[in-house]
Amino acid sequence: MNITIDVKDINSTVEVQVKGEIDAYTAPKLRESLFPLSEQANVSMVVDLTEVSYMDSTGLGVFVGLFKSVRAHNGEFKLIGLSERLRRLFDITGLADIIDIKSHAEGGLE
Amino acid sequence: MSQAYDYIEMKIPAKPNFIGVIRLTLSGIASRMGFTYDEIEDLKIATSEACTNAVQHAYKDNQGEVKISFGLYEDRLEVMVSDSGESCDFDEVRQGLGPYENGQNVEFLREGGLGLYLIETLMDEVKIHQHEGVTVFMTKFLEREQVEMDAKTLST
Repeated sequence: MNITIDVKDINSTVEVQVKGEIDAYTAPKLRESLFPLSEQANVSMVVDLTEVSYMDSTGLGVFVGLFKSVRAHNGEFKLIGLSERLRRLFDITGLADIIDIKSHAEGGLE
Repeated sequence: MSQAYDYIEMKIPAKPNFIGVIRLTLSGIASRMGFTYDEIEDLKIATSEACTNAVQHAYKDNQGEVKISFGLYEDRLEVMVSDSGESCDFDEVRQGLGPYENGQNVEFLREGGLGLYLIETLMDEVKIHQHEGVTVFMTKFLEREQVEMDAKTLST
């Protein structure tokens, strides 16, 4: 019931690997660790969700916030490694048409 | 429809760190009842959303409790999440209801308010009562029972 956030930040290319559950308890931690990185000019942020076992609307809220911030700084934002379950969450909320997402099958980082 | 059922009730402090505990309990109950993996995941999200609402809106300083009760029927699981906090303005919560629309200006995408929409999408029946706090009643039917019942009807 916890979260691990690994960040690689090289010249405004930010690669993030999230492991664990994203809910009302862990979402604030995720926001705090990633938000400052999203404010770099022309940032390219890729978040790998391959090892996220649970996520709800609190997680969606964090990613919408990050997406907005990255876009406001002329950057690019991408979510990769989504399981069927996570993919479904983005589909039913309409976010799949707005944020660039890639399923688990399409490969993660590394 | 049989009215006999098992009843399980839990109370957690109105703090976000205990919502995961409710998910674990719910998984156990739902898998024992025979729900599928996907149905259990739907139940987990809907129940967590209701708990999150209670924890975030009902009590100002995380004081107080959230009560979660499970009614286990032969054909369905009823989940009830209630708080006795100061009633939040539910109409305000409802305003954010609904999915995002393609083509929305990125700048104006809202960063919350999807909780109720997910509850209503993932559960079969949802009722919300507002009286000295908020209570969310949610029902999910066992699909397999439904199929078996239909099969019986067909064979007779």
